[in-house]
Amino acid sequence: MIGFFIVLLLICGAYCLVVTRSMIRAVVGIELLIKAVTLLIILAGQLTGRTALAQSIAITIIIIEVVIAATAAGIALSVFRHTNSLDVRNLRNLKG
Amino acid sequence: MILIPLFGVIILNLVFAANEKTRKAAFWFALVIFILQIAAVIFHHPVLRNNSLEQIDSFFKVSFFVDHLTFIMFICIGMVSIASLFVARYTMPNDDSRFKFKNLLILASLGMSGIVMVKDLFSLYVFMEITAVSSFLLIAYPKNLDALEGSFKYLILSSVATVLMLTSVGLLFIVAGSTSFSDIALAIANSRSSTLVVLAMGLFICGLFVKGGLVPFHGWLPDAYTAAPAPVSVLLAGVVTKAAGIYTLIRIVTSLFPFDQPINNVIMLIGTISIFVGALAAIGQDNFKRMLAYSSISQMGYILLGLGAGTPLGIVGAVFHLFNHSVFKSLLFVNSAAVEKETGTCDMNKMGGIAQKMPVTGATSIIAFLSTCGIPPLSGFWSKVIIVIALWQASQYTYAALAILASIITVAYFLSMQRRVFFGKLKNGFENLKDADTGVITVSIILAAITVGAGIFFPFVYNVFISPVKELLIR
Amino acid sequence: MNIDLVILILTTLAAIWTVMGRSLLKAAIGLAITSALISVMIFRMNSPLAAVFELSVCAGLITAIFVSTISMTKPLTHKEVLQVSKDRMKRYIYLPVILAIVGAVLIALKLKQDFTIAPLAVAQPDVQTVLWDFRRLDVIGQVIILIAGALGIVILFEEKKTK
Repeated sequence: MIGFFIVLLLICGAYCLVVTRSMIRAVVGIELLIKAVTLLIILAGQLTGRTALAQSIAITIIIIEVVIAATAAGIALSVFRHTNSLDVRNLRNLKG
Repeated sequence: MILIPLFGVIILNLVFAANEKTRKAAFWFALVIFILQIAAVIFHHPVLRNNSLEQIDSFFKVSFFVDHLTFIMFICIGMVSIASLFVARYTMPNDDSRFKFKNLLILASLGMSGIVMVKDLFSLYVFMEITAVSSFLLIAYPKNLDALEGSFKYLILSSVATVLMLTSVGLLFIVAGSTSFSDIALAIANSRSSTLVVLAMGLFICGLFVKGGLVPFHGWLPDAYTAAPAPVSVLLAGVVTKAAGIYTLIRIVTSLFPFDQPINNVIMLIGTISIFVGALAAIGQDNFKRMLAYSSISQMGYILLGLGAGTPLGIVGAVFHLFNHSVFKSLLFVNSAAVEKETGTCDMNKMGGIAQKMPVTGATSIIAFLSTCGIPPLSGFWSKVIIVIALWQASQYTYAALAILASIITVAYFLSMQRRVFFGKLKNGFENLKDADTGVITVSIILAAITVGAGIFFPFVYNVFISPVKELLIR
Repeated sequence: MNIDLVILILTTLAAIWTVMGRSLLKAAIGLAITSALISVMIFRMNSPLAAVFELSVCAGLITAIFVSTISMTKPLTHKEVLQVSKDRMKRYIYLPVILAIVGAVLIALKLKQDFTIAPLAVAQPDVQTVLWDFRRLDVIGQVIILIAGALGIVILFEEKKTK
């Protein structure tokens, strides 16, 4: 049952990532996806009884998630300083 | 291998950041680290396997997985990092910004060393993320709009790959109860036909395809390679995509998943599609680096074809082509960095006749592209021949024929590039060109020498590549 | 089981609100609420340490990052907001529809459990800290990635000196 909701969360995150036009919202989408996967790992830990291992994996994932979010926010900020907008459609410069 | 660069970064930041002068010394420090890495492989490898590994194991409380394939990857990583370091020194005159760059470079190579050494699926993921984050920052380093765009696209797609791989790890965790290679291999062997396990395997392989830049998941690759600053392009093309994507695929497919027909077919199919899409897209390019990026996609396809053949000979071909591609693609990117710095542009239409002014660059890039096309007696010829023979032996006649056909296309686009950029009439405004810096020329010559040497001395080098394959398949 | 179901439904609703919320600030707050609900769910699955971590780090630190980034990037003017929100509803309205369809499909599929779950660990290390001994490589990896992240923040958030 929990797995069912994890799939729903994954779809929410994927939809957000695909449809959005703002860079920051794309990062929000990625964050949602990673949270869904964290939940999956904890679920796996509970099903097999190895909660300690699952928790350490989940903590590692959370730390990496923070670093990715900070890096993505930094890049979005730098783009904003260049073009004064966060529109993803502006990033079509490199063609081919 | 991990400890030394790690302490290097810490020392670098604490000690050297203080003084302006010592920042220059950081260059030599980084160089020493990478040379140590290569030297450790070449000279000490029997010792490394037995003795010092025990001490390191007890520090880490986890055992590493160092076999011959790892050694080959170590050589690649060390080599390409050195090349990248020299190119960075050449194209980035400002000492201050170069200091942070060197830190990131060491971190990236640390991540990749970790990827090739671990024995556990989750640690693999951790080090892959280290490499990825270092790459995002390296690509976005000059902070102009193109670089940020390339970095952002790579970030989003890499994170999607991360999610795919983590989902797979989660599902496999349910089945196996831990994340180490041996446990997972056991679990997969036990329950091979259940939908969950097949889904998990498929997701993981798709994630690896994204990381390795294979079609149809290659959207980030041309932008990232083109927009990255010159030394980062060298690093990316030479080793990041390979270590994170292709090496992991080889390791996973041979050690974890059952290595039989359905997986082989998928790998060969994706490989062939990559070869053709990469080659055809490379023909119409005007930007030097973008063309090299598509060529990289194409060559990765060859490695996949070799892997998918399923025979030991195929894997030998794949590993050898991985090594060769590392060498000659880095060489090409180093040359493109030199050309870009001297002429100020990457547009091939604006270039012409440069070989008269930059003889070393022109000559080494001829060697590189001949090796890519598979012309004897250079190393590229041997690896491609092995792959084709392996495909033929495995009764995959259509794939073998397609591989040979694609070689012809490869010759076509490289020839046109060579003619446009290096030969022909010297365009106006290029009279004052001088050749690149001494450091960069040395790197080019060394890389070219490796290409030629591996080709001519191939019978002697052959054993080096047979051993990893033996170890991989015995399992 | 009932409490779990309620929390999960609330989490899904919070996620939908995060995606479909009009302004970026609502998305950031929605992410925080989703994190909090997921953290409660994790706690109910016998993983207290991870729950605390998720709550403090995700609902705290990441929200701070997002809000500071949003505040540093200028918001749109009122007219632009209206125009943007009109045609974004056209795109975003599909999300609940897709979710409902997928939900129905999954329920109707009645997936069989034909895999063997790994046997329950007998000698389970009880405390989290003991486990760090087994996973020390990951801890070192985390330290490395934090160093990389710190370098990244220094590089990316630096104000341009000539402005």
